[in-house]
Amino acid sequence: MSGTFVGMPGFHPHGLPAFPEAAREAVRDTTLRGNLRHATHTIRAKRARAVAEVADWAELREAGKRIKDHTLRHLDHYLVRLEESVTAAGGTVHWAADAEEANRIVTRLVKETGESEVVKVKSMATQETGLNEALEAEGIRAYETDLAELIVQLGKDRPSHILVPAIHRNRGEIRDVFRTEMGAWGRPAPEGLTDTPAELAEAARLHLREKFLRAKVGVSGANFMIAETGTLVVVESEGNGRMCLTLPETLISVVGIEKTVPTWRDLEVFLQTLPRSSTAERMNPYTSTWTGTTDGDGPRVFHLVLLDNGRTDTLADEVGRQALRCIRCSACLNVCPVYERAGGHAYGSVYPGPIGAILSPQLRGTGSEIDASLPYASSLCGACYEVCPVAIDIPEVLVHLRERVVQGGPAVRGGNKVVLKPAKGHAAERAAMRAARWAFGRPGALRTGQRLASRTRRLHPRTLPGPGRAWTGSRDLPPVPAEPFRDWWQRTQGGDGGIGGIGGKGAVK
Amino acid sequence: MSSRERILGRVRRALADVPKDDTPYERAVRRDYAREHGRRTAEQTVDLLAENLADYRAIVHRTGTDGLAGVVAGLLRERGASSVLVPPGLDEGWLAATGVTRVADRAESTPHELDRVSSVVTACAVAIAETGTLVLDGSPDQGRRRITLVPDHHICVVRVPDQVVSSVPQALERLDPARPLTWISGPSATSDIELDRVEGVHGPRTLEVVLVG
Ligand code: SF4
Repeated sequence: MSGTFVGMPGFHPHGLPAFPEAAREAVRDTTLRGNLRHATHTIRAKRARAVAEVADWAELREAGKRIKDHTLRHLDHYLVRLEESVTAAGGTVHWAADAEEANRIVTRLVKETGESEVVKVKSMATQETGLNEALEAEGIRAYETDLAELIVQLGKDRPSHILVPAIHRNRGEIRDVFRTEMGAWGRPAPEGLTDTPAELAEAARLHLREKFLRAKVGVSGANFMIAETGTLVVVESEGNGRMCLTLPETLISVVGIEKTVPTWRDLEVFLQTLPRSSTAERMNPYTSTWTGTTDGDGPRVFHLVLLDNGRTDTLADEVGRQALRCIRCSACLNVCPVYERAGGHAYGSVYPGPIGAILSPQLRGTGSEIDASLPYASSLCGACYEVCPVAIDIPEVLVHLRERVVQGGPAVRGGNKVVLKPAKGHAAERAAMRAARWAFGRPGALRTGQRLASRTRRLHPRTLPGPGRAWTGSRDLPPVPAEPFRDWWQRTQGGDGGIGGIGGKGAVK
Repeated sequence: MSSRERILGRVRRALADVPKDDTPYERAVRRDYAREHGRRTAEQTVDLLAENLADYRAIVHRTGTDGLAGVVAGLLRERGASSVLVPPGLDEGWLAATGVTRVADRAESTPHELDRVSSVVTACAVAIAETGTLVLDGSPDQGRRRITLVPDHHICVVRVPDQVVSSVPQALERLDPARPLTWISGPSATSDIELDRVEGVHGPRTLEVVLVG
């Protein structure tokens, strides 16, 4: 298993502190909290305006949800179709069952070109597989070219947000990283660099330009893959994506199998909902679409690596599979009161925030303390569901995963049916309970969330099965649903103790 | 067993709950969202395009067919351009009034060579009013993708109202997915510093759009 779920160094789930410990550190770091608060609040208001501009948002959201659901329900069919279309258009398709296999394939493909460096456009999939480190071990240098990824790479840091991995850094910190680290990677930062965003962007432009212009191999992810036509889509802002997708001779794209959509026409939904949800723009500055290779324009060789790495296990869970609808817009992070306080690193994965809390424990299983505690890293306020452009009911999945942690039960791991043991009496249980206590010890966080809680939700009331009912019912109970949680815990655990203090306010540490 | 078979096998087992006669794609996806937002005359659609382009910091110019060569020449002069990239199928008339050195879009030219060219002039395939977007599809009057990427100054000519649509759905109908497409909405930008938009990173930092018609 170690090879399968490693992820980035520092993100190996078994080496990580559980959510509440990591979150506590973040709460102590006042700069970090200030940076997060500033960034998430800026984008919240803008997103709301960008969404309000389109009168048919609810219909677009519903269509996006249905397109993704339909594709997932017939994923075998669409993957085969995609493979045919990409192959017919001149690409080569590879299949990677886990992270290790994906890294092995990419390493081999790069070596076959004879090159020892690659330029990369931001890709969650390759962060998840820890590709850069795997390449490094084979003597291949991977240059991140997205501004925020560059900041993370130069600062030997970890990403803390899906869209803006360096969101935890303010402009002054970014300037310091550029000044001290750029020289070791290539062109140093300009003399007298200040912390104005325009100057910082210019410094990145100069630093990366020489790398783009000489690059022979590009590595990317993709936002969408169209089964019908074999087209891949990359949505970006800076132009580093275009550089990586068009200047190199060889392009290798590593993409999760859940990024498939059936038809070209489906883009009419996502190219409207994604930019407005992520950067709060009517449209992002650049979107590239390509279908295999084109004579005389762009890479002559195109490889597509289709990545499973826990996705089929997630698909096997009828409640949890909706997490695979995610288009990685990051809107749920930006509205989440828990994310705002805990910071992205506390989630112990490249997927932080509400989506991370439901995706990581499904991709990696709930065996480790961090993964068992993630489903508890939420107050279930519902703001994430409200903003999600593909209507993933994150609270529903959280409740479902809590049940799985506490009660155990059937699941699929590594393609095999297993019966999970209840976490009771294990370190995982204690980690989960500490996370719950952490989330509930924040009445302020909860109230913010409850104010945001969805009007839409009330229009579609739903009762969650089993323990979920207590949670659903509690959502309108101000200010903190601590009591129902305790009731539920005592009911399901037979009130045999083990959660002392959960019902109390809990100290903010 | 190959990984392909392994993954497809896992997918099929994971979907054991999906009935054989599951709702087909056409019925599963309701398309009751708008084909376009609001009703506008062709002229109003062009106005909206101009407005949204400018909102994302593209510089917009308007002219009739007769004035086009003069406008393009003026933009290159103001820029102080010493050379201009020309896609193979560009209407020669568009550059009739400028003496700036022309550089052809050739398959052999290296990225470093392109980096030494000041400006590029292209047409586009379609423009989207609601989002302020230009789409290039690599046709002969637009050239290879990289020529509108490496130079720092892009002049894009849009024939109005013919090339303008209202919305994203209407644009997709007109486009051929088999061609490599670049959707451009304003000059390159980033939101990576404190989630605030700053223009000008790797793509052309100046985008000028000439609406001609
Ligand atoms: S879960 Fe929804 S809101 Fe969150 S990143 Fe994914 S698509 Fe966006």
